[in-house]
Amino acid sequence: MKFINYLESITGVSVYPLASLFIFTIFFALATFWALKADKGMIDHISHIPLDDK
Amino acid sequence: MPLEKFSYDNRTVKWFAYACIGWGLIGMLAGLWAALALVLPDMNLGFAPTTFGRLRPVHTNAVIFAFVGNGIFMGVYYSLQRLCKARMFSDMLSKIHFWGWQAIIAGGAITLLMGCTTGKEYAELEWPFDIAITLIWLVFGANMLGTILRRREAHLYVAIWFYIGTWVAIAMLHIVNSFELPLSFLKSYSAYAGVQDALVQWWYGHNAVAFFLTTPYLGLMYYFVPKAANRPVYSYRWSIIHFWALIFIYIWAGPHHLLYTALPEWAQSLGTVFSIMLIAPSWGGMLNGLLTLRGAWDRVREDAILKFFVVALTCYGMATFEGPMLSLKNVNAISHYTDWTIAHVHVGALGWNGFLTFGILYWLLPRIFSTTLYSKKWANTHFWLGTLGIIFYVIPLYWAAFTQSMMWKQFTPEGQLKFQFLETVNTIVPMYALRAFGGTLYISGVILMIVNLTKTVRHGTFVANEPAEAAPLPKVFVTHGKAHWHSWIERRPIQLAVFSLIVVGIGGILELIPTFLIKSNIPTITSVKPYTPLELHGRDIYIREGCYTCHSQMIRPFRDEVARYGEYSKAGEFIYDHPFQWGSKRTGPDLARIGGKYPDSWHYNHMMDPTSMSPGSIMPQYPWLFEDKVDKTLTAPMINVMRKLGVPYASGYEKQANADMEKQAQEITASLQKDKLPIQPDREIVALIAYLQRLGKDIKATH
Repeated sequence: MKFINYLESITGVSVYPLASLFIFTIFFALATFWALKADKGMIDHISHIPLDDK
Repeated sequence: MPLEKFSYDNRTVKWFAYACIGWGLIGMLAGLWAALALVLPDMNLGFAPTTFGRLRPVHTNAVIFAFVGNGIFMGVYYSLQRLCKARMFSDMLSKIHFWGWQAIIAGGAITLLMGCTTGKEYAELEWPFDIAITLIWLVFGANMLGTILRRREAHLYVAIWFYIGTWVAIAMLHIVNSFELPLSFLKSYSAYAGVQDALVQWWYGHNAVAFFLTTPYLGLMYYFVPKAANRPVYSYRWSIIHFWALIFIYIWAGPHHLLYTALPEWAQSLGTVFSIMLIAPSWGGMLNGLLTLRGAWDRVREDAILKFFVVALTCYGMATFEGPMLSLKNVNAISHYTDWTIAHVHVGALGWNGFLTFGILYWLLPRIFSTTLYSKKWANTHFWLGTLGIIFYVIPLYWAAFTQSMMWKQFTPEGQLKFQFLETVNTIVPMYALRAFGGTLYISGVILMIVNLTKTVRHGTFVANEPAEAAPLPKVFVTHGKAHWHSWIERRPIQLAVFSLIVVGIGGILELIPTFLIKSNIPTITSVKPYTPLELHGRDIYIREGCYTCHSQMIRPFRDEVARYGEYSKAGEFIYDHPFQWGSKRTGPDLARIGGKYPDSWHYNHMMDPTSMSPGSIMPQYPWLFEDKVDKTLTAPMINVMRKLGVPYASGYEKQANADMEKQAQEITASLQKDKLPIQPDREIVALIAYLQRLGKDIKATH
């Protein structure tokens, strides 16, 4: 039941939180880039989805 | 492309709407009762299930998981079908989801009143419920994902992203925080202890606010605000950035709940930095919602639904500005353990969640009953009752928080604490009365809404299956502009779901690693020993009665706290605390070093009638502790479970534990007898006194 011990045995375990931060930052940058560059026609279409549900 | 005919399932939406309203009223009434009990302690009734310590978890759990939970499902089941142009994947799964969730709520409320609790805030439900929640959550996920897979609209609107993010994050949070080892059918101990337990718990608590009270409601906001305003969201691009920024940053901010505690410094700082960063996406989202109403402000004057949405978004903005401020250490030094926290969460719960829910209910119920709202005037009255209710609720509590915090910290010129703890409580009791008045206004608004909606429903005809038609997704995808990796993945919903799961999952797992490594940062204190069997029983009683809802066990390194409560708390003192009991609010004084401060007889009299020892105390009476017996058959399993969790009881100790327990109980009984307070040694009060007298004494021991 002691999870700690499994993790403590991983060498260089402290790199994991850094890797996590890194992955998220990159992913976030890509998502932002995509959102800003996405085609206007598509963005207009998507933003109108809630309004034309009939 | 020929159009396909199908129908939207409104029945499940209706059920969730009714459940949301019904449980909402119950949860709010439980809150009002608890609020009144702080002003009139007689309202605790001297009866275990109606004491503050048990009502408060019922209130918080009912409002979060029953009111807001059913509100989420109502909104998701309505909007997801329309955004996907598809009926919910399976009517059977919808049914299981609905009834399963209601069964968990009903069972949860009853067991909480019975005193079955894990003692971890907002995760109080015991292990059978934790398993049931996991299963029902999977049903919800399957139903949602199935619908997304069968959709007739190529693109996923941003609201659906928020729903998926919510689902993945809550699944992860719930499972990680619920690691516990059962002692009996309705009792378990957290697998984590002390600092580690606190970190996991507040990582959960913080993200439960983020992913249960915020992201799903933002999804609802992105659907229902454009619907009610009849115009698209102000900036769709902005909403995508909002989504990714929010889930990215939120998950890192949890440790801000543990500032100045025994948590390692770096974890506290990380929490603060990410909390400040949170303002950006939160306010981006709020402004995106409010600006959607640009050009429609004339309608806001008349339309109660839009009014509810505007105040909801404004409260969201206020709460998300206040949150990061509270995570600054110097502000937190004032706010923590006071009613500021309570005011802060109620700006969110009453304003953001409550008002958004009311707006959606007023918009949605007339539609699925193909009628119009019975009385717009009443809806406007509800809006004003609710708004005044929020104002009367939060302002007195902010006032109370500042007043009490300042009083706690005042010294006389001679260097003595200026005020007794009880004096600071009695000063703010009038503020508690005003808060209860605010709550009453808010609830009367809700009752008016119930009458209004009941009349609306009576005048309408329910459309159980709303006919709709749409073209199926084309086999060849029509690209807008240049083809892009994102449009590639958008055509492949399974890959998309798996991919988003992996992204959030990796982040979640990796962020947890520092938490599990916490042990290496905790200096061991050799004089800290495991609890005796009698103290373990006493601790279970302490948890059962919800003492942690009013008493902290964590002395921060401030001059006034050290002067009032003793040496500040060390991380190493809590290594055998499954679960931790640091608490988050001081309606009563801190108990981390209560051990040995008063004689046994003081505790005896105080638990029987608190005002006999502390005139003016607002603590409930606990007469049943003097009648009920400690269950000795649990002693051995208790020792075994604790040993499995890493508490170093010698092997075979469970066999002599009951004998040790009786010996210690006899000692306490004898000391009480000396003060002419006769009691049987097997009564619960004896165990509770043993536990309280142990608290905080270990580091004073000399070895």
